[in-house]
Amino acid sequence: MTSHSPDIAAPPAAGLLARLASGKLAVLLVLALLVAVPPLFFPSGFYYRVGAIVWILAIATIGLNLLMGFAGQVSLGHAGFLGIGAYAVALLPSRYGIHGIAAMVIGAALSAFIAWVAGRPILRLRGHYLAVATLGFGILIAMVLTNEQWLTGGPDGMRVPRLVLFDWPVRGSDTWYWIGGGAMLIAAWLALNLVDSPTGRALRAIHDSEVAARVIGVDVARYKLAAFVISAVYASVAGSLLAFFDGHITPDAAGFLRSVELVTMVVIGGMGSVVGSVIGTLVIVVLPQTLTFLSDYKHIMVGAFIMLFMIFLRAGIVPSLAALVRRRG
Amino acid sequence: MAEFLQFAFSGLTVGAVYALVALGFTLIYNASDVINFAQGEFVMLGGMATVFLSLAGVPVPLAALIAVAATTVVGLALYKLAIDPARGASAVTLIIITIGASIFLRGVASIVFDKRFHSLPHWFGDRPLTVAGASVLPQSLVVLAGALVIVVLLWAFFERTLFGKAVLATAANRVAAKLSGIDTGFVVGFSFAVSAAIGAVAGVLVTPITLTSFDVGTLLALKGFAAAMLGGMGHPVGAVVGGLVVGLLEAFGAGYISSQYKDAMAFIVILAVLFAMPNGLFGRTRIERV
Amino acid sequence: MAGWTRRVFAGAAAAALMAFGASAAQAQIKIGAVLSVTGPASFLGDPSKKTLEIYVEQINAAGGINGQRLQLIIYDDGGDANQARTFATRLIEDDKIVAMVGGSTTGTTMAMIPLFEEARIPFISLGGAIQIIDPVRAYTFKTPHTDRMACEKIFQDLQRRRLTNIAMISGTDGFGASMHDQCVAVAPRYGVTIAHTERYGPRDSDMTPQLTNIRNRQGVQAVVNAGFGQGPAIVTRNYAQLQVPHPLYQSHGVASKQFIDLAGDAANGVRLPASALLVASMLPDSDPQKSVVVNYARTFEQKTGQPVSTFGGHAYDGLMILVEAIKKAGADPRKIRDAIEATRGFMGTAGVVNMSATDHMGLDLTAFRMLEIRNRDWTIVPEGGS
Repeated sequence: MTSHSPDIAAPPAAGLLARLASGKLAVLLVLALLVAVPPLFFPSGFYYRVGAIVWILAIATIGLNLLMGFAGQVSLGHAGFLGIGAYAVALLPSRYGIHGIAAMVIGAALSAFIAWVAGRPILRLRGHYLAVATLGFGILIAMVLTNEQWLTGGPDGMRVPRLVLFDWPVRGSDTWYWIGGGAMLIAAWLALNLVDSPTGRALRAIHDSEVAARVIGVDVARYKLAAFVISAVYASVAGSLLAFFDGHITPDAAGFLRSVELVTMVVIGGMGSVVGSVIGTLVIVVLPQTLTFLSDYKHIMVGAFIMLFMIFLRAGIVPSLAALVRRRG
Repeated sequence: MAEFLQFAFSGLTVGAVYALVALGFTLIYNASDVINFAQGEFVMLGGMATVFLSLAGVPVPLAALIAVAATTVVGLALYKLAIDPARGASAVTLIIITIGASIFLRGVASIVFDKRFHSLPHWFGDRPLTVAGASVLPQSLVVLAGALVIVVLLWAFFERTLFGKAVLATAANRVAAKLSGIDTGFVVGFSFAVSAAIGAVAGVLVTPITLTSFDVGTLLALKGFAAAMLGGMGHPVGAVVGGLVVGLLEAFGAGYISSQYKDAMAFIVILAVLFAMPNGLFGRTRIERV
Repeated sequence: MAGWTRRVFAGAAAAALMAFGASAAQAQIKIGAVLSVTGPASFLGDPSKKTLEIYVEQINAAGGINGQRLQLIIYDDGGDANQARTFATRLIEDDKIVAMVGGSTTGTTMAMIPLFEEARIPFISLGGAIQIIDPVRAYTFKTPHTDRMACEKIFQDLQRRRLTNIAMISGTDGFGASMHDQCVAVAPRYGVTIAHTERYGPRDSDMTPQLTNIRNRQGVQAVVNAGFGQGPAIVTRNYAQLQVPHPLYQSHGVASKQFIDLAGDAANGVRLPASALLVASMLPDSDPQKSVVVNYARTFEQKTGQPVSTFGGHAYDGLMILVEAIKKAGADPRKIRDAIEATRGFMGTAGVVNMSATDHMGLDLTAFRMLEIRNRDWTIVPEGGS
């Protein structure tokens, strides 16, 4: 029962301060500080780039967490939606002259539609069967992106036209840092509102027990589908932003490894915690960058860190630390 | 007809590997509910260790034995050092641990061994046999026979030994098994060891045909997982059938329809089967307790 | 808690001081490399990394360039384009390199090009496809032969053997897909018809279904395999297993002696276009390339204990072209760029390099030798008049 909302649940002992810190607003404030403060210490544009990637991917992670942490459904194919969003903004502007923002919206709509159509049969499956179905689904998307070379440029990928807003070509890691950070905050705000709504409560009921939820009259299939569609839109938007930012996109963006990475980010940060999703993304993106001095030993350490995090903070970084603080406090 | 047979042999050979990986998934899943994504790394370790031992001058059969034993130890260590300490964590947490373990093992292998491709000699030479117009490598038959022997041994173990029954009891109901005096922790550790051994044997058997390198595990885990799910998770016969079916689908897909989308055929069929039979070909509905 | 943070900060400060001290002690020229050392293209990136490390060490041991030490910073992108771009940003903005060698694949290279063009830092790619240098970009160069050249070399050989109808079997990775397209594009010029096409996944372990279809296809006279990694070895073994009667051509993706080790007797009779590096010891002493390739092959094999591969050779060429440019131009990235573009008559492992404002690779078809494998070893196919 406590697994899904630790960062918004009030520690009883800490009193007023804790209750304030538990609100939606407080969560957003923490995230806003997380975006706003680090640039004061950034020595170079490289840090902006890493930061921008963290915020952009965090959007996808927050979306996936809505599906995994709240609705309790694991998807091993979510990078597929990331790919759809990315290739929408690569293809539509260059081939059909559609504006970048419109292409992003079309990509999100397409992802939503595909999730809605594919989600109906897929979400009837449970647990690991759902995982393998989404895995197959993601692989199919990645395969189309790799093989339909006339359209997508094939395995070497294709160029993404630069986003132009009101005659202003959007460029530079620092610009994208703030765009990514802003988009992530909006995504987090929407997610927090959703979690707090009747829909969110229904999703949590499904997470705890599908059968029990059904018995008390929750339309399980509908809510699961809703969570799937929403998370697909989140991933698609993240994919679009990433493609704009990178200026070049390859089918790796939609690959199985990317899907696994997204799931890892959700679980490491903490299922059911919006702040956790952001922290999980931060850890998985920044860890390999800080370990480059290990050269060939880098992957060993990344693997070891993932195992250690999960063994000692098994509910995820944010929920586990929150619980620890509560016990101490 | 010759063409059909040729595709079938190709599919069965590749499928036998998937089947052994799927079997490894199944054993561990039954004992612990863990989906072990490091399963493919066991296959890699079996193959790579044999290659490097034989390069160091150890005769191949002895090298293979040592490799299987070493991989079994790695499997046990994985359980003792990473899975057991996280006892009671959610299934997803345990899955992420195994993903961490697979990254870790790949990293270690790339340093202890190297990053190149390697092969082993065929057991009975590489002159193909001709069967009704299809040419088959003797090693393919070795792989199929090896898979068969492993399946039979497992069956005998579960059906004919007391300890095997204890494993089955643990799979069926862990609490009840514990209450009736079964050391369930030992059973889970044992499952990891056996899965690792099966993976390593698969690696030894197929390396002469498929070659190996430090990162062959990822794809094998992916296909083996899909095969295990197709058959019905937790069902050993289902795992074997699932593996062979995925292998055959790929081969016939490549031969008759499109070699570019052959992997797609396998996943489309898996999706179709799961939509019709949500618990796989052999799986049973699990009743959720509220 | 407080003690813990203090220790971390103290450690970080000490590390920063050390880094500063080291750079102050001797003037250094920083060059960077983003390579696919792990991941699906690791057999490209790994020999490149080893090569760069070996030769930078040698250069520094011999006193550096113009009295300055070379500092080499290598990052591993795992074959992922997004990662490659992040590391390229790091090299440019954080490490402040003056030039870069590497980018192992076409995909990672294409993702990094805009950054180097914008930062005006020379970028010598080790990726294969022609799109890296066509159209020519001011700061982007490459050292490997293009896949189009490999196709042309193979088709020339087909013409000599009077074979016109071929089948192609190509990997679905970047290398295979790109070479496949280039072969389709230049085939008409050589009167070659590609009658049948098959594909395989980069990690596939059995290609007998595809080759069965090729064998059963009427009118096919030869087969070309566009692929790298373990794929060509498995194709070659399956080809022998099925006893396909036509000549088999591999590509320059078969880059080392290891292919013969893996494919075994099945490789006998296979032909492929390759750089002189593979047949270093067989070149006549009169060959102007001989000393370069023999030296590189000996150094690499001694230091690593692994057979030399042309992918490592590309890194050698890139590094040496860069070193020559730095010798002439100093450590200013723009002047280095001009010096690289002015490279003429540079003898590398891939052949003679003559760069120009319109050609940022500078190799021609003579850089390729047509090889045939006999008795588990390379032989050079005599090319008569052409």
